[in-house]
Amino acid sequence: MPNCRESTRLMSEARERGLTAVERVALRMHLLMCSACRNFGKQLHFLGAAMRVYVPGENGDGNDANSDATPAPPDTDLKTGG
Amino acid sequence: MSERMAGETAQPAGGDVQLADPEFLVPLRRQMIKFATLQLKDPDLAEDAVQEALAGALKNQRSFGGRSALKTWVFGILKYKIADALRQRSRTVTASSLGDDEDEGETFAALFDARGHWHLDARPTGWHEPEGSLRETQFWRVFEACLEGLPERQARVFMMREFVGLDAEEICNALALSRTNLNVMLHRARLRLRACLETHWFVEGVR
Repeated sequence: MPNCRESTRLMSEARERGLTAVERVALRMHLLMCSACRNFGKQLHFLGAAMRVYVPGENGDGNDANSDATPAPPDTDLKTGG
Repeated sequence: MSERMAGETAQPAGGDVQLADPEFLVPLRRQMIKFATLQLKDPDLAEDAVQEALAGALKNQRSFGGRSALKTWVFGILKYKIADALRQRSRTVTASSLGDDEDEGETFAALFDARGHWHLDARPTGWHEPEGSLRETQFWRVFEACLEGLPERQARVFMMREFVGLDAEEICNALALSRTNLNVMLHRARLRLRACLETHWFVEGVR
């Protein structure tokens, strides 16, 4: 049966390739007993989902301070030029 | 931590954000160049990809209600341009065996004991409603800092895979990487990114 390191490797590789039947069974056995690795698996999925909606620089770092969730203030007097 | 840069957030009255608006375009272009350069490792190719993406975006300009949606769309075009450039280059690349760029097993040793079990303080805990975080600006700040904290090559292959959307074979071809090597790099990148988010967001709870 795989250990945690091995199981996380299999879960990582499963995002690039289909696991073999043997690998799938071994992984499932490990996950039955290991909540940390179950968490890892869910979080790997979340990382992929986050990367799909990620937009570089869209984090209020000053270049481009806000997403749609936080609309610009109504007074735009500070704006220069344009 | 929700400070705003006054003056930089103004949107034209009436709603739509215009791509051609320099206040929007200039920082966007800078971010696109940064990303394209990280992926292509060639300033000229990066410049070309960004130029083509912006030209395509301007030509097919659509109406967007907000800057975030518009940026997502423009970056979507840029991803296609980068994927194309990487695929084309794969035919000409020399065998520059690009390996991992961390010390031997550093990530693994930090997370797992000699028998391959999680160190006690490295065990992934359950994250509470992670999807909700995707709507928070502060989350994306942490996320980006974690991405930028990865060793450079790990970050690059991880972005190629999960952001640009190349498959494993395409990445191996583009970078003259062995499949084993790619697998190890992706595994490490995912372990590190996950651990970073847990430490700096889900547990520390900036929320």
